[in-house]
Amino acid sequence: MSLTDTLTSRAAKAASVRRSTRSTRVGGGVLTLVVLILAVLPFAVFSSVTDSLVNLFILIALASMWNLLAGFAGLVSVGQQAYFGLGAYAVLVFAEQGVQAYLAIILAAITAAVFAVPTSWLAFRLRGDYFAIGTWVIAEVYRLVTTRIDRLGGASGKSLTTLSDIDPVTRGALNYWVALVVAVASVVACYLLLRSRLGLALMAVRDEETAANAVGINVPRAKRWVYLISAAGCGAAGGVLLVTSLSVNPNAVYSVQWSAYMIFIVVIGGIGYIEGPLLGAVIFFALQQALADYGTTYLILLGLCGIAVALFAPRGLWGMIADRTRISLFPVGYNLAAPAGSDEPSTGEDQTR
Amino acid sequence: MSPQHELLSLRGVSKHFGRVIVATDLDLSVADGEALGIVGPNGAGKSTLFSMISGDLRPDAGTVWFDGNDVTGAHAYQRTRAGIGRTYQIPRPFENLTVFESVLVCCHQGGGRRGRDAADRAADILERTGLRAEANTAAGRLGLLQRKRLEMARALGTDPKLLLLDEVAGGLTDPEVAELVEVVQGIRADGLAVVWIEHVVHALVKTVDRMLCLAGGRIVADGSPLEVLANAEVRELYLGGGPESATADEETES
Repeated sequence: MSLTDTLTSRAAKAASVRRSTRSTRVGGGVLTLVVLILAVLPFAVFSSVTDSLVNLFILIALASMWNLLAGFAGLVSVGQQAYFGLGAYAVLVFAEQGVQAYLAIILAAITAAVFAVPTSWLAFRLRGDYFAIGTWVIAEVYRLVTTRIDRLGGASGKSLTTLSDIDPVTRGALNYWVALVVAVASVVACYLLLRSRLGLALMAVRDEETAANAVGINVPRAKRWVYLISAAGCGAAGGVLLVTSLSVNPNAVYSVQWSAYMIFIVVIGGIGYIEGPLLGAVIFFALQQALADYGTTYLILLGLCGIAVALFAPRGLWGMIADRTRISLFPVGYNLAAPAGSDEPSTGEDQTR
Repeated sequence: MSPQHELLSLRGVSKHFGRVIVATDLDLSVADGEALGIVGPNGAGKSTLFSMISGDLRPDAGTVWFDGNDVTGAHAYQRTRAGIGRTYQIPRPFENLTVFESVLVCCHQGGGRRGRDAADRAADILERTGLRAEANTAAGRLGLLQRKRLEMARALGTDPKLLLLDEVAGGLTDPEVAELVEVVQGIRADGLAVVWIEHVVHALVKTVDRMLCLAGGRIVADGSPLEVLANAEVRELYLGGGPESATADEETES
């Protein structure tokens, strides 16, 4: 008995915490390989393929940011298109000031985060459903203000001219790489953020805000951080849209349709999993490609997919996969190893994520 | 007041919700390392009192002092970091976090610990609160006893100087209450001050040094547990107070 006690207390003194598993390392290796293959793709396939993949990368970045907000901070926003549009216009303005357009994407991300600070003062006064509607209204305000500024082309939008001296083939490849970098950076940023102390605090806030406050979490500050990061990611994605399409139209870029895409992707992919938006974006992109010629039938099929997932996999497709296989490519949890001398079976896998 | 160092002190605290008065000009002090029990009928303002101490609610009038500082205007998270840990009467678990993660986040945020230090501390607390075997279970899947334990474990994770326990024994069976009392006594042995609101009076009597009876937003009796339970006004409140009357009565006789 006393021996067990000693062992137990020793184990408690040096707690052994595991954050990744074998499946993670295998999965991580596969993901790295996929990114490497994607990176060399412009040398191997026609530009039509890489051009359409740019859209997938934009969707991955946007959906990852929305998932961060809604899935990890409990902030259901319908207004992230505000920062998407702002990012596109920011690249336009910086490029006109003489900044290289691709590098201006970084500035666009920062600009979006800066604008998100005062916006959050307004939006964070609202909660739940009101926050959702409020963010949409704010995005509309961004759109309306933009259309009133003649220097930005008003309601008809404006074109980016500074990239026209790069030959189209090189430009296509550059667009592709920049979009890939933004998508990968979004996913990696989510992963690193959620693995940090702030990430764990955020998940606590999402689950029980009052209790989170009571255990010492500065709740408004934690939420504001996520909101700013999400704005930056959406801003960068908007910048990518501008450099690939070379023109911006306020009604298109500030459209609530972008929020609809983000929500659809995250819901079918799996909310609250970093893998969710990745999987969801690939499925959504595939559906878009396959059904593009079917007009309204396409929308009906999308709706049916959404209904099917909501009915049969309420935690999204990745949620279903994770429940059955216990695979986690981006483990953000902590698994406490059983104390020495205990016969508690160690599952070796995180039980929740 | 007492010559000992006052850890917590409420001065003239009042609070009302519309026309319902939950605290009238309350004065209350807790010394370092003291264990204070609070009893009183439902709606006496016990949980509201805790919320005003922990910062979930602001009093309409009066001041709250903690560890030599006026914390009346401080946010709940700031008071937690200063050393006030609390549990909720109805457990509020972080449903999707595991038990270990739930306590770890408290060690990070309220306790200001990092990395290894935080993990070791969290594991140690799980050991002491009897939750070690559930470390990797989602908090949302726990039963009532474990949820109540988790409430305590989380509060301990914030490295409190003062622990506010809100009916942690409520709804538990007698053997479960006994287990819980043991945990609280262990916590007390470390020198933590404890304020414990409880209807399960026999659990209180075994644990606390001093007892208060709260009714209608004011303090009806204050003294040793047996004195308070023998107080005529307290007896009347409990005898007229429905389901609790039997418990209180039994205890005074024993």
